[in-house]
Amino acid sequence: MAMVMAAGAIFARGFFSSPIVQHALELGAAAAIVCAVVGCFTVSRGQSFAGHALGDIGSSGGSGAYLVGLAPLWGFVAISLAAAAAMELIGVQRARARDVATGVVLGAGFGLAALLLYLASTTASATNAAQTVLFGSIFTVGGDELPPSLALAGSALALIAAVYRPLWLSSLSPDLAAARGVRVRLIGVLYLAAVALAVALAAITIGAILATALLVGPAATATALARGPGRTLGIAVALAVLAAWLGILLAYDSYYWPPLHHGWPVSFFVVALVVSFNLGGRLLAGWTAARRR
Amino acid sequence: MDRRAPALMLQPFMLHAWEAAAIAAVVGGAVGFFVVLRGQAFAAHAIPNGAFAGAAAATLASVNVLLGLGAFALVGALGIAALGRRASRDVATALVLVLMLALGALLLGFGSDYASQVYALLFGEVLGVSGTQLVASAALAGAALATLALLYRPLLLCAALSESSQLRPGGRRALELAFLLVLAMATTMTVPVVGATLMFSLMVGPAAAARLLARQPSVALGLSVALALAVAWGAVALAYLTGWPVGFYVGTLAACVYLAGRVRAGEGRLPRLR
Amino acid sequence: MRAEREQPILSVAGLSVRLSGRTILEDVSFELGVGELAGLIGANGAGKTTLLRAIAGLQVPSGGTVRIASGEGRGRPPVGYVPQQFLLERDLPLRARDLVALGLDGHRLGLPWPSRARREAVEEMLAAVGAGELANARVGRLSGGEQQRVLIAHALIARPRLLLLDEPLSSLDLRAAYEVVSLLSRLARERGVAVLLSAHELNPLLPAIDRVIYLAAGRAASGSVEQVVRSEVLSRLYGHHVDVLRVHGRVLVIAGTGHGEHAAGPAERGQPQVEIV
Repeated sequence: MAMVMAAGAIFARGFFSSPIVQHALELGAAAAIVCAVVGCFTVSRGQSFAGHALGDIGSSGGSGAYLVGLAPLWGFVAISLAAAAAMELIGVQRARARDVATGVVLGAGFGLAALLLYLASTTASATNAAQTVLFGSIFTVGGDELPPSLALAGSALALIAAVYRPLWLSSLSPDLAAARGVRVRLIGVLYLAAVALAVALAAITIGAILATALLVGPAATATALARGPGRTLGIAVALAVLAAWLGILLAYDSYYWPPLHHGWPVSFFVVALVVSFNLGGRLLAGWTAARRR
Repeated sequence: MDRRAPALMLQPFMLHAWEAAAIAAVVGGAVGFFVVLRGQAFAAHAIPNGAFAGAAAATLASVNVLLGLGAFALVGALGIAALGRRASRDVATALVLVLMLALGALLLGFGSDYASQVYALLFGEVLGVSGTQLVASAALAGAALATLALLYRPLLLCAALSESSQLRPGGRRALELAFLLVLAMATTMTVPVVGATLMFSLMVGPAAAARLLARQPSVALGLSVALALAVAWGAVALAYLTGWPVGFYVGTLAACVYLAGRVRAGEGRLPRLR
Repeated sequence: MRAEREQPILSVAGLSVRLSGRTILEDVSFELGVGELAGLIGANGAGKTTLLRAIAGLQVPSGGTVRIASGEGRGRPPVGYVPQQFLLERDLPLRARDLVALGLDGHRLGLPWPSRARREAVEEMLAAVGAGELANARVGRLSGGEQQRVLIAHALIARPRLLLLDEPLSSLDLRAAYEVVSLLSRLARERGVAVLLSAHELNPLLPAIDRVIYLAAGRAASGSVEQVVRSEVLSRLYGHHVDVLRVHGRVLVIAGTGHGEHAAGPAERGQPQVEIV
């Protein structure tokens, strides 16, 4: 009896029966799983900034989609894949994450997003375009966007599963991989395609600007806590899904919270949770390391 | 963002826009020169993000947005100075910055008129700069430029030699802190004009191009300011003529200037690194 | 070791490599047989890495041939390669056992099935290189010498016929260097593998190597130590006079330019240095 009452307090009325919430939970989980898996490789390869750039540049894709009347998902996917291909052609920097060139391209991408959002709000009368594209709006994702999103998530995971071992080896050392006969360049391209898909899914969940948090956060936390690749991936996935679902729950519950009583954004909760987990994880890792000594 | 104003470019409100853009460009170009020199592009990305949350808080509290920007930019600068530069910290720092963006979005959502405020803070709203804001910006700009003038030689020396015997360790840290504070000041006056996401373009694009084109620091500095001014004013003019957002032109023009600089300097292809 | 004459595992004939208009290697020829340990000696910039990469198949030669005897049975690659020391990220989520396992099947598509046979093979290999206790340590946290052992295990686990190591001793202290060399010598004999490792100092290798290949200005002289490390041979190779002294079983190679000896330090291109041990 007490548990039912507690459940009633935690889960606001209608949480489990609302189809919108169910869609959000499914989409959130899909985005979280893909980002966590791909993110572990991103962090290992030291390419966090590339993932960040793909998210920001993707904002122009989402905005463009609004203008044309497509679902933002397709805009994100198209631009992210194109940007990933461009990065591969130009050559993504491994160690030096903050490069002027990437930053300037990022700025141009944002500028383009500014234009497209302006046009979308004036011509296509999509007044919520900025909020949806930049900071996500998972509760407004239509039911017909869900199947393709899940399909894309599945494709990204299948891609990673297919090149799992060569990807780990080439992330450790391209020379070692090449010596084993791995086509390092091809693996790199396939990996970037997976990153593009992951970022696109995160963008429709929590917005283009914040997508990096889901990609890099859980993976970085897991890397601090676990040692082998399997365990690291498992922890990353668990943390990411937890952050996504808890974020959705809190956003739903916050509908009656002050100040405006129309709910706090999901993206804020998800990012806050990801950051908290990261802080907690690193503290835990430091504490256990100190104890071991 | 209604641009059907029919009058000439020299209407009073447009004068404010030209002046605000000029101030942002001059300070941005000057500070950007040192940002590129010192390789602190990350800080130039990070501090505006943090400032975004402050601006959001200020808007919500109906306080002058410059105060919010300044306060959070200051905290961000101090935080980066304190954390130092370690690779293991980078992911944590990046996460905190994303959190600042999310926090800003949350706070803006508490107020009214969410969409246009988000837009203005992220992409700039040069026409929205008021007279009092302009005076405050000019004052901040003066302070920032005066500080840069004072620190000109130490900054050049510090960048030229990574371990100079003429700079004591304490002096190095003080210099680092002072420069980050200047960056915070520059952020405060630039973000209302070009937005948090585009400040990097205005600051770093022209400066990087200038550095490629000119060897002597003084010449490069002057060129950096000149190019930034060209970008900023060009953006205002084009925005006025076409009715499209200033931010779009800032991002595009800065990228063009940077690309032109690379091509001119003979580094047409972007670097390939493994 | 078998007594009858065997086909050499590695034969390099007339190998040349030209990159960006520069001739890195010119007409290099030598052979390596089963269980032999050979040292590739040369100063920095002499072309050692290029030669090893050409043999490993990572560098296409401009001329000449590299022939590696194919292994028995399918799926046995001819070459194991340990590249020059590289900095691994401290937090890389791969343990020593993961790295070695990737030596077995790092090129296969699809997810790996956990298998006891594979686990045992990995542990056996780690024990054979003296890194058994490091199995669960993160590769990024290993010391230079420990990393070296794990990389050797990674290269050997797929039972190649030829093992190439690029400057495996460069960041090790003398004792660790001797340990690695005697480990390699033992592995070569026990597993019938031909081992070629590059170094810029000959002396740590002297007790163990069967053959030496001296590389200078793109050209090579190869043979046993007695045959190659002689004043006439090295002088012809370097193109100017070189003296070779033997002191208590150790070798001193001194440039005879008349500018006097200088202690071992960063070598200039193609110039021999004094090797004092």
